[in-house]
Amino acid sequence: MRQRGNAENFAILLGAFAIALPMVLAAVPAHAGVLRVCADPNNLPFSNSRGEGFENKIATLAARDFGYGLEYAFALQNARFIKHTLGAGKCDVIIGVPADLDEVATTEAYYASTYVFLSRKADNLRIERFTDPRLKTLTIGVHLIGDESTPPTLALAREGIVDNVRGYMIDGDFSKPDPPARLIEAVADRDIDVAAVWGPFGGYFSAKSRIPLLMTPVHGAAAFAPLRFSFPIAMGVRKTDAVLRARLNNFITKERTAIRKILVDYRVPLVDMPGGVHG
Amino acid sequence: MERLNRVRKQAVGFATLACAALIAARTSADNLQSMMQDDRQWVMPAKNYANTRFSGLKQINAGNAGQLRLAWSFSVGSNHGQEAAPIIIGDTMYVVGAYPNELFALDATTGDLKWKYSPRVDPSSQGEACCDVVNRGEVYDNGRIFYNTLDDHTVAVDAKTGREVWATKLGEITRGETLTMAPLAVKGKILVGNSGGEMGVRGWVTAVNESDGKIAWRAYNVGPDKDVLIGPRFHPYYKDAQGKDLGVNTWPPGRWQIGGAPVWGWLSYDPQSNLVFYGSGNPGPWNSNERPGDNKWSSTIFARDADTGEAVWADQIGPHDLWDYDEINENVLIDLPINGQTKHVLVHPGRDGYMFVIDRGTGQIYSADKYDTVTSTTNFDLKKGRPVPVNALTPQVGKNISGVCPASPGAKDWQPVAWSPVTHLLYIPHQHLCMDFKTSEVGYIAGTPYVGATVSMYAGPGGYRGEYAAWDILKRKKVWALKENFPVWSGTMVTAGNIAVYGTMDRWFKVVDARNGTLLYQFHAPSGFVGQPVTYQGKDGSQYIAMLSGVGGWAGAIANSEIDPRVRNGALGYTGAVGDLPAYTSGGSSLLVFSLPPGKANAH
Repeated sequence: MRQRGNAENFAILLGAFAIALPMVLAAVPAHAGVLRVCADPNNLPFSNSRGEGFENKIATLAARDFGYGLEYAFALQNARFIKHTLGAGKCDVIIGVPADLDEVATTEAYYASTYVFLSRKADNLRIERFTDPRLKTLTIGVHLIGDESTPPTLALAREGIVDNVRGYMIDGDFSKPDPPARLIEAVADRDIDVAAVWGPFGGYFSAKSRIPLLMTPVHGAAAFAPLRFSFPIAMGVRKTDAVLRARLNNFITKERTAIRKILVDYRVPLVDMPGGVHG
Repeated sequence: MERLNRVRKQAVGFATLACAALIAARTSADNLQSMMQDDRQWVMPAKNYANTRFSGLKQINAGNAGQLRLAWSFSVGSNHGQEAAPIIIGDTMYVVGAYPNELFALDATTGDLKWKYSPRVDPSSQGEACCDVVNRGEVYDNGRIFYNTLDDHTVAVDAKTGREVWATKLGEITRGETLTMAPLAVKGKILVGNSGGEMGVRGWVTAVNESDGKIAWRAYNVGPDKDVLIGPRFHPYYKDAQGKDLGVNTWPPGRWQIGGAPVWGWLSYDPQSNLVFYGSGNPGPWNSNERPGDNKWSSTIFARDADTGEAVWADQIGPHDLWDYDEINENVLIDLPINGQTKHVLVHPGRDGYMFVIDRGTGQIYSADKYDTVTSTTNFDLKKGRPVPVNALTPQVGKNISGVCPASPGAKDWQPVAWSPVTHLLYIPHQHLCMDFKTSEVGYIAGTPYVGATVSMYAGPGGYRGEYAAWDILKRKKVWALKENFPVWSGTMVTAGNIAVYGTMDRWFKVVDARNGTLLYQFHAPSGFVGQPVTYQGKDGSQYIAMLSGVGGWAGAIANSEIDPRVRNGALGYTGAVGDLPAYTSGGSSLLVFSLPPGKANAH
């Protein structure tokens, strides 16, 4: 019943767009009935090929909501990810992208997170700002992204903190599970004192850590503008896929509570979204 | 005693073996060297070890070039940037296409296809190449053709049959490494360098045995001295290159591991000194604030022993690069009278806009003169061997910087120059672009948001984007220059017949008078040019000129549909500078071969 209802809605929507947007019409019906998700096969807490990430759970929820089947196109989420998955037509939606990513059409943001500091609980460091003088002597770990930079790397560089910063490749050794986790493991292993890391990694892997870790969100971002440490996250579709985007927006509005529960289960540090919407 | 004898015997045995190996290697080198001097053939992309791209042929000359016509053509079948030079061995032409890197053997006179070799190239390598899936050519030695495939393999193919002899994997796609350069054959070894400076790779040059495909030596350009092959023979000319483990100590801790400095340009070789010369690429990451220090040995010219890879000297002409000025450009080996003495020099047209003249033996820089608009530095300090930066243009996070010239591709990129011993001029195909830097664009990798730098490039002063220039190395000045609407991204060649040849991105194949730049002949080709012209004599006695047409590469990827032209900073900022290219050309894959009509050969 629910399935037919959706299909009817879909047909109506299609009808409405058929005159105005024939391109959109051509792009959508080929995969009606299946939600085709572009995802990384080895990148918890976001996704993996066994469906264990929170983006997997959200995708499952969306597919169930649409009355659709669920299919994945898995690829390493590197700089060419969008071009070779969504752009190549192998799948139709990326479950999590920054809400202002230019390369795709984004839905409404459904959560916002922040970069965090992680340290060993026993050390009781409670670092909250990049201007904290202790960062000049502690050993700090950051993720390195090919030729670009994560905000913590840039903020530290701006504070002149460079020599005591260790880089961990975000796409590191792909043969091991969840390559980005090496940065958080390095705190537990005492290779570094502090990790400055994107919140979803920090929350998930610190909860799994073999020794207790302390997580504190980054504060004092204004001093580093235009650098940002919190980002609203939305779903991304091809710029021509207005219909799918509208449907996903409906899903996000309708299932806000269920989505939030999934995020909380995975210990994603949530912050207020711009415009007062809470994730 | 017995034991000593045995040791001695072994030692003698080894010496004899080593001698035999030496002789064998020597013969092959001499053979290739004599082939380089035979102007009927063109045995490597750069024509010869000195990288002059000069041919003594003069059947086609400034007097009759206006009568050139298309003799035959051939499709290499993949519409990506065709940057390769065909080579001609005897009566056979060999040419490799862009990805998927098929190799074709053709009758050089008739264009008949003799065989085709199709390597199995990993399709995922396409995603790793920063700037279109190009290949810059193949080399010949000892009955085999050697070239690189995009997915990090060097292959040896039997020149007669097209059968694969060996294929050796030299790098990892998953680490962002690809191979795009044309290797160099020297004394039984194939020298190869990696690409991927934009992907956080660690640059190297590797020597592979021609016989079995095994790695003989590998020299990294970043890291500790033992990896860079810096040892007792290393005697750099400049003070800032002296010291232990500078490939580690001039970086923040551990950062050299993704320090870039790849080798995707040209190698040259001086048989007299047995030295190989090449330039390394830019350091990574692009944001220079994260890597205080000189970042050695990025943007450096190296001289290495061809047999062992040991570094002999190194000039870091772009310390702590701010602008992505790879210094992978070719080094042309010539002898010049300087201060009343004949000096063995290498001429390096720098990405940074300076024409360097450097002593091949010592690394001393004799001169460094601007050959295009340069605002990123004020001048090059010859005493220190370093450029003098303009502090107002130092990039900072959040600061928008405009008017940086040259733009990231430099005053000249990979597209090789030619040197004529007849006119004593250097022919330089190059771009004329400036750029703005902004940090704003949001990116997302492995679930991690970040703010990246946006680069926007545009035509330099005067409103043109490219130039074909003739440079007098002794007088250290430009003699003449032809302005081009688009960057001149093709290579060039020059002959004893005083013709100089190049192609434009807007599809014109051009032959000009090497003495004054007068246009002698032009042909409107199927697609724009980013290839390398070569010339040879067919078995019918006619001189031919061959060049691949097929726009692409970093500059031209927009025209072969790799990039959305609406994204102004697509192709690492190049799209904005050439956004109108699709109005002139589409991608292509045609080899074009020109000659004079029968009977016109000797008209002067």
